[in-house]
Amino acid sequence: MIDALFNFGLGLVAAPWWGELAWPVIWALIKILAIVLPLMGVIAYTTLWERKLLGYMQVRHGPNRVGPFGMLQPIADALKLMTKEILVPAAANKGLYFLGPVMTIAPALAAWTVIPFGPEVALSNINAGLLFLMAIAGMEVYGIIISGWASNSKYAFLGAMRASAQMVSYEIAMGFCFVVVLMVSSSMNMTDIVMGQGQGHFAGMGLTFLSWNWLPLLPIFVVYVISSMAETNRHPFDVVEGEAEIVAGHMVEYSGMSFAMFQLAEYANFYLVSLLGTLLFLGGWMSPIDTPLLNWIPGWIWLGLKAFMFMSFFIWVRATFPRFRFDQIMRLGWKVFIPVTLVWLVVVGAWMQLPAPYNIWK
Amino acid sequence: MSANTVTQKPLAFSLKDFLSSFLMWELFKGLALTGRYAFRRKVTLQYPEEKTPLSPRFRGLHALRRYENGEERCIACKLCEAVCPAMAITIESEMRDDGSRRTTRYDIDLNKCIFCGFCEESCPVDSIVETQVFEYHGESRSDLYFTKEMLLAVGDRYEAQIAANRQLDAKYR
Repeated sequence: MIDALFNFGLGLVAAPWWGELAWPVIWALIKILAIVLPLMGVIAYTTLWERKLLGYMQVRHGPNRVGPFGMLQPIADALKLMTKEILVPAAANKGLYFLGPVMTIAPALAAWTVIPFGPEVALSNINAGLLFLMAIAGMEVYGIIISGWASNSKYAFLGAMRASAQMVSYEIAMGFCFVVVLMVSSSMNMTDIVMGQGQGHFAGMGLTFLSWNWLPLLPIFVVYVISSMAETNRHPFDVVEGEAEIVAGHMVEYSGMSFAMFQLAEYANFYLVSLLGTLLFLGGWMSPIDTPLLNWIPGWIWLGLKAFMFMSFFIWVRATFPRFRFDQIMRLGWKVFIPVTLVWLVVVGAWMQLPAPYNIWK
Repeated sequence: MSANTVTQKPLAFSLKDFLSSFLMWELFKGLALTGRYAFRRKVTLQYPEEKTPLSPRFRGLHALRRYENGEERCIACKLCEAVCPAMAITIESEMRDDGSRRTTRYDIDLNKCIFCGFCEESCPVDSIVETQVFEYHGESRSDLYFTKEMLLAVGDRYEAQIAANRQLDAKYR
């Protein structure tokens, strides 16, 4: 259907400049809008779901006043943020001050280009998708540092310092997680990584969900889950904002939409790591059990459902654990996760050298 | 870290502790707890629709009561004015034509009032009382300055409730 749409647009104007230049650009823009607009809606309602779930776990209702079950709360929040004044501190570096939020949200959205929403359904199905994601995720820290520095406030600066240290150290552990997945699926293309999970001993029995990467790579999966929490600066690793000690970290001087940019970026990343975890470890758009009834449900629903579960788990964790101390975060990242992932890298490497019946990836 | 931690001896290695921390056993226990709580009955009281029960002794908005024949109870003894710790009550009185002493002015400044209930306790004729009404507001400070007429009007309006609450509490007085 997507190809049909593309060909329909291609035939609209019979001129070489249209088919070669204009239409591909317009087509890319349409595809970008088709990803970003639903994403914004999902982000808005993720905030609502987060507040609801946190409420339930604290034996209260969560927001339920604006609209039925609070369904209009995100819209009210958005309106409030959009109508608020954007204040710039007098001593702030104005150019960088406004570059900060942009640099935060740009990578958060750019990373979505390589996320496949079904077999071959991605904005750009490049063959180094995982590498691209890793690179874009590394960019994330710049926005935070720039905003923290440009705010000219000690809290914002401390938050930015913490963010840089934390994100850089957890990127290493996360990178090793990617490397292990990369090894077992011998591809960096996201679609191939998902497809690779749909085969194996258990998949042959119809129990597809036992063939997904999470089971053979369980330690890596656990490390990925925890370091993605740290990478997106979410609880219990949110010392970057740490409202008890540094107010709101790098966001403290921002207001209105400039503040909303950080929130949007945080939730876009939050959804991105959930979706990425789903693609890398939970079989992407595949149904958990190979039966006609479950296979009939379209893949993007499975993908969304799994990412939603993943995301709900993050919120669950947020409701459960107190914030880590900063040195504990560093210890966990450097002295626990990196050795664990390295050891498992070696184990998987050795495992893959075994002959066929023992090597589940051949 | 501080000097205290330097002098402490490191704890002996324990495989049990290592495994329990490495396998995040206690973290999963915590998750199970919050997971259970998510399905608990919510304790939130959704205020405008749901309200808490109020004690008959609840100290809300003030009211001046009347006897059944319509005569106002207050005899201007000024005990409430004297006892009021916030000095929120102002009373002026004079002799009425029939020779009885009555108030010409009985004002309670609710901006000052601390709702301690001393006025109600000190009143020998059960005239000044505090009702269970707590949902009232003023849009300026002067709105919360209650005069004798306003207090009597509150009393007339809620007399049935006031009398019932006095009845309920009578055996403890």
